Amino acid sequence: MEILVCVKRVPDTAENEFTINADGSDIDRDDLVYSVNEWDNYAVEEAIQIVDRVGGKVTVVAVGDEDSEEVLRREMAMGANDGLLLADPAFADSDGRGIATILKGAVEKGTYDLILTGAQSDSGAGQVGGMLAAMLDIPYASLVDSIEVVDDQSLKIGREIEGGNREMNSIQLPCLLSIQTGINEPRYVGIRGIRKVASVEIPVLGSAELGIGGAAVGSAGARVKRLDYFVPVLGAGAEMLEGSTEEIVDKLIELLKAKGGLK
Amino acid sequence: MEPALIAPAHYTVLGIPTLLFSLLIPLVGVGVFAFIMNRRVAPLLKAAPDSRFDDIAGRLANVVKIWLGQWRQPRYMTAGVLHILIFFGFLALAVHTTSLVFVGIFAGFSIPGLGGGFGHLYMIVKDYAATVVLLACIVAAVRRGILRPERYAVPAKYGQDHTAEAVFVLALISLLMITDSLFEASSVAAQVQLGQQGEYLAPGTLAWLLKNLLLDTPRETLQTLHIAGYYIHDLTFFFFLCFLPMGKHFHVITSLFNVYFMRTEKGNVKPVRYGISDEQLDDLDTFGVKKLEDFTWKHLLDFYTCADCGRCSDQCPARTVGRPLSPRFISIKGRDLLFRNYPLRGEAPAAEALIGTVYEEDEIWSCTTCGACEEECPIGIEYIDKIVDLRRGMVDEGMVPQSLQKPLKAMEKRGNPWGKMEKKRGDWAAAAGCEVKVVADGDSAEVLYFVDSFTSYDDRMQGIAQATARVLTAAGVDFAILGKEEKDSGHEVRRFGEEMLFQDLKKHNSEMIGEAAVQAIVTADPHAFNALRHDYPGLPKVEHISQLVVRMVRAGRLSLLPIDDPDKVYTYHDPCYLGRHNGIYDDPREAMDALEGIKRVEMEKSRDRSFCCGGGGLMLFYEPEEEERMAVLRVKMAAEAGATVIVVACPFCLANMEDAIKVAGLEGKMEAVDLVELIDRHLAPQP
Repeated sequence: MEILVCVKRVPDTAENEFTINADGSDIDRDDLVYSVNEWDNYAVEEAIQIVDRVGGKVTVVAVGDEDSEEVLRREMAMGANDGLLLADPAFADSDGRGIATILKGAVEKGTYDLILTGAQSDSGAGQVGGMLAAMLDIPYASLVDSIEVVDDQSLKIGREIEGGNREMNSIQLPCLLSIQTGINEPRYVGIRGIRKVASVEIPVLGSAELGIGGAAVGSAGARVKRLDYFVPVLGAGAEMLEGSTEEIVDKLIELLKAKGGLK
Repeated sequence: MEPALIAPAHYTVLGIPTLLFSLLIPLVGVGVFAFIMNRRVAPLLKAAPDSRFDDIAGRLANVVKIWLGQWRQPRYMTAGVLHILIFFGFLALAVHTTSLVFVGIFAGFSIPGLGGGFGHLYMIVKDYAATVVLLACIVAAVRRGILRPERYAVPAKYGQDHTAEAVFVLALISLLMITDSLFEASSVAAQVQLGQQGEYLAPGTLAWLLKNLLLDTPRETLQTLHIAGYYIHDLTFFFFLCFLPMGKHFHVITSLFNVYFMRTEKGNVKPVRYGISDEQLDDLDTFGVKKLEDFTWKHLLDFYTCADCGRCSDQCPARTVGRPLSPRFISIKGRDLLFRNYPLRGEAPAAEALIGTVYEEDEIWSCTTCGACEEECPIGIEYIDKIVDLRRGMVDEGMVPQSLQKPLKAMEKRGNPWGKMEKKRGDWAAAAGCEVKVVADGDSAEVLYFVDSFTSYDDRMQGIAQATARVLTAAGVDFAILGKEEKDSGHEVRRFGEEMLFQDLKKHNSEMIGEAAVQAIVTADPHAFNALRHDYPGLPKVEHISQLVVRMVRAGRLSLLPIDDPDKVYTYHDPCYLGRHNGIYDDPREAMDALEGIKRVEMEKSRDRSFCCGGGGLMLFYEPEEEERMAVLRVKMAAEAGATVIVVACPFCLANMEDAIKVAGLEGKMEAVDLVELIDRHLAPQP
């Protein structure tokens, strides 16, 4: 099975302290450390496991500048066979639809049976997977937490439903799935693994190679534009309970009872 | 003088000279033994290299002390004394047993030098030895077969009980002692019957007792007993010889070599592969132990040598709290796999990955590398390097628990396991109340205080950093910290198998320490201490703060007040990486005793038998399966000793103990404090 996994380089939420930049348009990006978007990492692990079971090849693709090469290499160290970087100054400030458009260009340059994305990334919009599927006119399922290859025509997939329920679906290939964390336990990528793939050539494709017109992507093509970016002011209502552990517990129980949380 | 009985060399049974058996039994016995040993050596030749041919004097000293001197045996008094009796009995009997083999061929044979008066003396010693060995075997058999100490139990997941094998061997040894004595006693009894001056048998020995019992036995029966005693002994001896390499009694042969080749340095970790420098690591195709032959030959020899005595596991904190690790079975399972993969006959099964078949991931991650097992093993079996090598293999295959992946990645990106900002590493200094110079800001000093991640970033442990700074200031030490240029020492990164990340951290820190151009390094974290001392070559002298405190107190450069709470009872918990791995037991105690009026008690498990708090560094992040926390057990031990304050000398111990006091419900009854905090609290006001 030929699998394409879309990955994104994002600031690592666990390893950074975020502040808003001076003009309030974005977070301050000096002194940040980046890694692969967590959901995407699960998607790559899942793709590798599928290929381990049924054979095929995993390609990882990222839209970004040359810094994104680092996350592609990390995923290749994990076991992805090929990397593909989609970089062009014209891609800067694309909205979700723009990113999907760029990815569509890459998908059409290959023959993929299955495309995986993370369920969402740092911006939390969760829109690229769905849009890309629509543009490609292939079936789409979101928040997938299990994949079973039935045959070369279809998959059986599990989905997480609100309230802790799950559903099982059959889906026709080729299709696009957005992957939820917890679908597997991604393997560790050590320094040694990264060094082994350090010199592997990663092709870079720009708008010309992908056949994407300037008006469809980048800030020019963006139909959603950010107006403001800020940390909400802390509201009133937070109450610090004080005293010994027992006193705190007693007060907490009292409060929960009073507000109907405990019956 | 006519011999009273016909010797085995001249006897015939049914017309067949028994000389034939005297020749055949040793020939077949030695032949089979050689065949078995050849198979046993085969995997050692295919194993990874190991560097054990240095320090001949130190190794011989180990042999004299640990092997010949049985140094570690009395740590378990009953079993130890029994073993010492059997061990020395065996040594005493070895010469006689060898000469007996020849007596069956040449009647009257004696080993050169043992023919005359010295020979008679030797026979007396040997007769007592045989008697003592027999008695020790009986007591040991009762212990193993009837009393069954808990330490020998085999949990169901590790297979069958091992009692039968143990008792069978004790029976074989007893049979050797009885037949040896019977051979001799029957001869002397016959001599006495003929009125001859028989060989002197020392009173109270088994041979003496048998002789007295046989005085009235007809000579024909004595002759039969004489010959039967001889050949049962001969057969049993060679059977025993060939049986040794089939199980735990292989140690009778291998322990001498295992002790000679045992580790001579503590605290260190073996390189990924001996003969490969740090710079060549990138060229290796594979890392760590993934299959049996990836172990070094010494580590395979360890497997052969394990006597199944269970002392390692009895001391192992991981086993004690119910984690899925028991060092004894690391060895036994390894040995059984060696036997299975190198069978005496037939085809070997295909080699497969160790993890998931013989060893489990959680089993290997459960080890805190505290070293209690290695400290205890009476025959020099190693575990830490094996665990680290297995982890290296797992890391190379991507098999790392999710709980450890985040801190490892953060370590790679930010140099600390929480991913905190580098620039905040030295922030604790602002509240130290004394000047703290920072190399990263262009300061220089004589001494570098290496703080390490936990003490730098953890709110509670910053108290240790601040106390250390004040103690250093009070002692007039000119010190500085690296500040944002310090990264994690990588002590656990290396011991958790991520060697390349450790190499990166080491390279960075070594460069920074080099640029700081200091004359000495001090740290309050034993893990950093151990890393800098053993994992970082070529650094200036590294001291733990407890050593520095003692040195300064002795030199009169640090004056301390009397204990501020004379009613409290203090006990000192030896951190693994200060005590066992670096032998620093006395300095922290001396530092505490420098506080006049302090009441200090010892826990039963102290010094080299200290019980690990649960582990430091990355172990803080690992989520083990366990029934109880190690530190909870430890604070209970402190309470049993009558202590109300548990003093540690390690930030990780402090964190684990403080948590455990809450979990154990000992809040208000027990407190934990770091040694340097205690000293800081008692600094005499500066004139």
